[in-house]
Amino acid sequence: MAIIKTEDLTYVYGENTPFRKVAVDNVNLEIESGEMVGLIGHTGSGKSTLIQHFNGLLKPNSGSVYIDGEKLWDDKAKLRPIRFKVGLVFQYPEYQLFEETCYKDIAFGPKNMGLDNAEIDRRIKEVAKMVGIGSDILDKSPFELSGGQKRRVAIAGVMAMEPQVLILDEPASGLDPKGRDQILGLIKEYHQQKKNTVILVSHSMEDIAKHTTKILVMNKAKLFCYDDTVKVFHRAAELEEMGLAVPQITRVFNRLRAMGIGFDDDVYTTKYAGELMLRLLSKRK
Amino acid sequence: MSFIHIKGLEFSYVNEFEEPPVKNTVLKGIDLDIEKGEFVAVLGHNGSGKSTLAKCINAINLPEKGEVSVAGLDTINEENLLPIRKRVGMVFQNPDNQIVATIVEEDVAFALENLGVEPSEIRRRVDEALKTVGMYEYRMHAPHKLSGGQKQRVAIAGVLAMEPECIVLDEPTAMLDPKGRSEVMKTIKMLNKEKGVTIVLITHYMEEAAQADRVVVIDGGEKIMDNVPKKVFSQVDLMRSLGLDVPQVTEIADFLHKQGYDISSEIITEDECVQALYELLKEQTGK
Repeated sequence: MAIIKTEDLTYVYGENTPFRKVAVDNVNLEIESGEMVGLIGHTGSGKSTLIQHFNGLLKPNSGSVYIDGEKLWDDKAKLRPIRFKVGLVFQYPEYQLFEETCYKDIAFGPKNMGLDNAEIDRRIKEVAKMVGIGSDILDKSPFELSGGQKRRVAIAGVMAMEPQVLILDEPASGLDPKGRDQILGLIKEYHQQKKNTVILVSHSMEDIAKHTTKILVMNKAKLFCYDDTVKVFHRAAELEEMGLAVPQITRVFNRLRAMGIGFDDDVYTTKYAGELMLRLLSKRK
Repeated sequence: MSFIHIKGLEFSYVNEFEEPPVKNTVLKGIDLDIEKGEFVAVLGHNGSGKSTLAKCINAINLPEKGEVSVAGLDTINEENLLPIRKRVGMVFQNPDNQIVATIVEEDVAFALENLGVEPSEIRRRVDEALKTVGMYEYRMHAPHKLSGGQKQRVAIAGVLAMEPECIVLDEPTAMLDPKGRSEVMKTIKMLNKEKGVTIVLITHYMEEAAQADRVVVIDGGEKIMDNVPKKVFSQVDLMRSLGLDVPQVTEIADFLHKQGYDISSEIITEDECVQALYELLKEQTGK
């Protein structure tokens, strides 16, 4: 069953004002449970507006959203448990850290869920290990940490709520390549361990290519497509037209194909490109 | 003397709240000379000292030891502050933090008004700066309604209107989508090539650094490398060990090179990569 489903979802900012803007336009979408989904789209395409519907932060102007089969907004009292099901990590989540210690900060979400202390403690230890935050750091103030550490603590705070869906808006932005690989690597590991649904919003096509199996493309408030990663990057020309891109390595191999080098593979990671080159070269020896 | 001259630069942040105060030395003796009209990219992992260095160039940070001068003006001398800041403009990562007005053209005019430039001259410079970055048609728009790439170009226009000789950009594309990123990069390159503006670009995107004339790598507050892009990026293992990366095209060329194939390890652009891979595959087929 689809964990997230939208029907004719439309959201308008500034309705009845001269600044009226349709941010999400008639989106129909079904995301199956357990997927690792990349969400891409140009700035202003409606990505952030869309994900804020998934845990009831925004109420659709028309259409509906279903989480795990349950329709949002029918009964306002039911929103709270749904918000626990869908964890949202905003851009630059480290700005949201506020507690005296990292431990307390991570505990904030689980505590609000009404869990008992033993369970909270278990979860904190589990997620701290997952994001590579040692027990010595847990007792420190989050403000003593480096940028990358802070971000990992912030993400741990959402993971500790064990949401069925974890949505991360640009979790690697502003980090150097090593920090970026660390964060994305741990998110992938979390996904593989927990088999939960993960939605990763990113502007880096290289990162999306490396870490996701499905891609959801938003363009000018509309859903352009939702398909397998390989198939989406296959539509390079269309993506470029809408202000997106494909990974550099994909462009290289598309050009080689156009120059008459024969291969059927869609290349979107350097690892795969390496394997393909070795195969092509050995075949031709 | 070079346009930007940095010699033996040391800089520390001091945490006064600790007892005794804790000193964190971020720059540990940097030597760097940048000539007029150069396009230099600065790379380094988070916390390596890149941004601190950038802020030393237009006298936001003053050297603790060593010297920094711009067009022969020493930053340590307070009288030079205004002339230096007129020559060196800065653009930061988050466009929302550097836009102050509610209308695009007013934002671009902000610095000029503060400098007491003639109104007619302000008009001319604002129009020209907005045309240069391709935002002229948006001059009456509200900045917060623009896309990230557009906002960042407005921020660049605001700096351009001051007619600086040099622009220092601190991760200007970090928050932008691919289109915004390429808009900003095109603008930067155009300013450098056509208007002769000296560019210092701090970035985490290796593909962007590959477009510069020269790449400087900072690690632990020291300059580790300073060379043309292909000489820097061809050191794939060293770059990785510094927590950095190389463009994907360099990665594949390096991989094949290490496998013993006859391919240059100094490939940094898409065109070079396509050509080299094509040659390799063609040779093997014996076409």
